[in-house]
Amino acid sequence: MTALLELQDVNKDYRVGGFLDRSTLHAVKHVSFTLDAEKPEIFTVVGESGSGKTTTARMILGNEVPTSGTLRFMGKDIAQIRTRQERLEFMARVQPIFQNPFEAFNPLTTLDYYLFSTAKRFLGLKDKVAVDAATDKALQHVGLSLAEVRGRYSHELSGGQLQRIAVARALIPGPKLIVADEPVSMVDASLRMSIVNLFRELRDTLGVSIIYITHDLSTAYYISDRVIIMHKGDVVEAGRAEEVLGNPSHEYSRALRSAVLPPDPVVASAIIREKLRAV
Amino acid sequence: MLAAVENKSASVEAKPVLRVEGLKAYYQMNYFGVRREVRAVDDVSLTIKRNEIYGIAGESSSGKSSLIKTIAGAITPPLRVVEGSVKFDFGGKELDVYAQRPAMKAARWKHLSYVMQGSMNVLNPVRKVKHAFHDFAFKHMGLSEGEFRARVESHLQRIGLDPRVLESYPHQLSGGMRQRLTIGLATVCEPEFIIADEPTTALDVLVQQDVLALIKGVQQRMGSSIIFVTHDMTVHAAIADRIGIVYAGRLVEEGPTLDVFQRPQHPYTAHLIASLPRIGDTRKRVALGGKPPNLADPPSGCRFHPRCPLAVDKCKSENPALLPRNSGRVACWRAGEVEAA
Repeated sequence: MTALLELQDVNKDYRVGGFLDRSTLHAVKHVSFTLDAEKPEIFTVVGESGSGKTTTARMILGNEVPTSGTLRFMGKDIAQIRTRQERLEFMARVQPIFQNPFEAFNPLTTLDYYLFSTAKRFLGLKDKVAVDAATDKALQHVGLSLAEVRGRYSHELSGGQLQRIAVARALIPGPKLIVADEPVSMVDASLRMSIVNLFRELRDTLGVSIIYITHDLSTAYYISDRVIIMHKGDVVEAGRAEEVLGNPSHEYSRALRSAVLPPDPVVASAIIREKLRAV
Repeated sequence: MLAAVENKSASVEAKPVLRVEGLKAYYQMNYFGVRREVRAVDDVSLTIKRNEIYGIAGESSSGKSSLIKTIAGAITPPLRVVEGSVKFDFGGKELDVYAQRPAMKAARWKHLSYVMQGSMNVLNPVRKVKHAFHDFAFKHMGLSEGEFRARVESHLQRIGLDPRVLESYPHQLSGGMRQRLTIGLATVCEPEFIIADEPTTALDVLVQQDVLALIKGVQQRMGSSIIFVTHDMTVHAAIADRIGIVYAGRLVEEGPTLDVFQRPQHPYTAHLIASLPRIGDTRKRVALGGKPPNLADPPSGCRFHPRCPLAVDKCKSENPALLPRNSGRVACWRAGEVEAA
């Protein structure tokens, strides 16, 4: 097995406080996992706010340097990237998708600008026809076309469509890994499934591995192959999605699991009545 | 368990506390002579009974927030009420939100209160929490300073907050505590009617159930009515007695929660419920195709027809009325034909 991404005992500390009350915040503690290069998968990181899941994502993207431990992407230490050429190569292989599509795109810039500049920068394309073709191809993968997107601004499209465009932009360089940080939390419940289904399709048709970061256990169960659950920087449970989410063993994962309300009025209202009685 | 749910809906008293009739509220803009009209609330009629929790569901930009703001009388231009009325019944006295402005002002917070979305935006970050209570509620309660303080403290205790939070600043409290505070703020005057806009959306999963139980508990103790908006169907499943589904500014289906979930009549509702992911089930969910309608230029006829799997020619030209069906109401030419999900 060759590793696509390998995290080895990764830690990240932040210094917080002023001169007199300085303390260390351990945002990520001893995180290790490996993604297989031959077998694309959807790897989910679950945790509530403050669990260190976003810090982990930022380290994988190379935006944050770990305090100790190593992150290797295709055998190469991410922290050792020095030259512009190396960084471009790395960025072409690892692409991000952000939480809020309305904030990710500047409202005064047309959306095609993001797509065209990604194509020019990473694919080195110069002439307009080639850029258009590369952009259109990526948009086709997410069920859109350049004709629909050209010249449009972010306020003209729905959150679901914008998030699709964000995925299309990430696909242009032909990445091996997409890091999606809470990609559906700002998207409507009814559009969530279209984004989540898209990830499945990318894994199956393009062979892209996806690190899906979320606090929503029901979509995590729906698409993930493997899951880790983070709590205050620690990985408290890791394994196959059905086992970890269907039958959690750690105390915290069990609490998280039972906090999910089922979309069923009989069961859900019974849970709330039970809570009421307990108070 | 089934019997318990039915009992709950049967015990709800019949007299409506809120009557909305033929309400139309449009965003009317006029820039440089170009008129634009966005029909955010289009001909909505609904009633809410005493002691009932009514949930409004729908996708973003479907006009559900505009509807709830219009009901609260909290709208500012360019959103204007074009037609219809919103009438409350507080203790046998009828109150028309848009005809009796001064009476409405007096009723606010005492009879009608509002739980806002994003609790951080409600509490002033540079003032202690106690000032928020004073600003919102003091003048409506007619108590002396000391009595008011005692009342607030006992109220906070009842909803599970230490009265010491009154002396803290909002940033010193967790998200769950802040949301509890805003609920405390909205219920301290024991109003008959509470309006809540996405009460749990900004919360961590772990505290969501507690906040929902708190809302339900406060409602049961005071016997008040609640209308709330969220796109999260699991929240509706947990606390709503009845659900109204809004699509493109119109109410397309309404009924008791259990019936809506088990026997959806409108194809849009059926889709909403079928697409919910459940733990323990990885069958592929189909997302709704097409894009949400533009309310400045909505589709003709039934507004759902471009995305509807059951659409026929009639749907494209004629708008279906919201008619009684089974235990609720539905606006669809092919109501009930959708397969139960």
